[in-house]
Amino acid sequence: MPAVSATTPTVRKTALNPVHRQMGAKMVEFNGWDMPVEYPSAGGIIAEHNAVRTGVGIFDVSHMGDIRLQGPEALAAVQHISMNDASRLAIGQAQYSALLYPQGTFVDDVIVHRLGEDEYLLVINAGTREKDFNWVRDNTRQYSCQAENLSDDFTQIAIQGPKGVNLLQKLTDIDLSAVKFYWVTRGTVCGLKNILIARTGYTAEDGFEIYVPADHATSALVWNQVLEAGKEFGVVPCGLGSRNTLRLEGNLSLYGHEISDTINVWEAGLDRFCKMEKPDFIGRGALEKAKSAGLKRTLVGIEMIERGIARDGYRVLDDSGREIGHVTSGSYAPFLKKNIALAYVPPAFASAGSTVKVEIRGQGVKAQVVPTPFYKRLKKA
Amino acid sequence: MSYPTDYKYTKEHEWIKVDGRNAVIGITHHAQESLGDIVFVDLPKAGAEIVAGKTFGSVESVKAVSDLYAPASGTVTEVNGELATAPEKINQDAHGSWMLKLTLKDPNELNGLLSAADYEKFVAEEGG
Repeated sequence: MPAVSATTPTVRKTALNPVHRQMGAKMVEFNGWDMPVEYPSAGGIIAEHNAVRTGVGIFDVSHMGDIRLQGPEALAAVQHISMNDASRLAIGQAQYSALLYPQGTFVDDVIVHRLGEDEYLLVINAGTREKDFNWVRDNTRQYSCQAENLSDDFTQIAIQGPKGVNLLQKLTDIDLSAVKFYWVTRGTVCGLKNILIARTGYTAEDGFEIYVPADHATSALVWNQVLEAGKEFGVVPCGLGSRNTLRLEGNLSLYGHEISDTINVWEAGLDRFCKMEKPDFIGRGALEKAKSAGLKRTLVGIEMIERGIARDGYRVLDDSGREIGHVTSGSYAPFLKKNIALAYVPPAFASAGSTVKVEIRGQGVKAQVVPTPFYKRLKKA
Repeated sequence: MSYPTDYKYTKEHEWIKVDGRNAVIGITHHAQESLGDIVFVDLPKAGAEIVAGKTFGSVESVKAVSDLYAPASGTVTEVNGELATAPEKINQDAHGSWMLKLTLKDPNELNGLLSAADYEKFVAEEGG
């Protein structure tokens, strides 16, 4: 007889859920959310991925969370919990960062947007919404500012790819050529006033993310208008499948894989987003100690040499078959047409060209360490 | 989708076409549709023995690894080398993309397999 358990948490849905289902999307559960993994009508993961690399694709990323910190000491609060230096942000500027535990390991990665004089928006992962908000609220109490959980207020649509700017320009009065990468602004989008427009994304391409009201009618209206405006650019709807292959090609971390509460900033290779020259922030002390102690493992990019696909969790072996690490994320890369992976290995194996093996169904399959990112978009002159 | 009536089918979504003691094996249209874009196929070499009901290889889509189950026992005589470099052919035409040819050990094993009509019914009931 199965034990009586607490209420099974119901799977959550974004406001666009009925629209995805209507479009025939294949749905999957991701961190408690019922999300599209791919759209057969768009051609599936590979077609979606390549549309983003060469044209434009759109994603419903409303499952992500949003925390606003507002008040006279909002900057101090952000500086305390975030490892990057938010004091460098002009109004309208954003940066990649992370919230750390005192041990220097990850609560979550985050994009910090400075929306106003004393107003910051933290966009966080879907699976860590509650944990992050509790963490932010509990660790900013001493500052004169308010932490608000706005996660349910927005439908967030990502418009990604070289033609993303052309698509969105048709729907807004803002001159998007004046919005640089990792900057944000507000404007009228699809007739809706004061919409947050951010030139951010998780695809290693140019693109935008728009934050519209989360009611079903508005969300569907905007999504459909975006699809319509994008027709001339070959726009396709994209799911979590291509979202993952796109970010993997660009060496963008995924919480629970490359970063977690047992991995520190140096191991994850995110040094450039961690400003140790800041007077203090949660995790700084532990990171200083860890720096002196030296790395025991480090994140590297891997490319398969022999036939086989390295996947999440597979063991990494040295030439003699001894386990030296594990794959954090691995897949066939649709644009590069290679089998790639990210993995933790000891520093001795970390130089480009080192050969290792990945254990695939009991066999050690040859791979080599390669520089990352695997893919980098060409920046326009 | 009409499933070829001269093929037999398994509940694991493989098909087998028999001609005397010779057989050809592949996966069904439903299988490739569920998998999505196929990017890798792992098959045994010619000369290998496969056993009915046991796994003989795997097929991978971008998101998943799926085992292949032998519809019947026998010795592999030929492997479709095209699938090593163009696995997407299975998505394009699953019933026309053969994976293995074999010499059957015991043609009676096929009696337990599904007809095209039974397989279609099975797929519909599975909710596919």
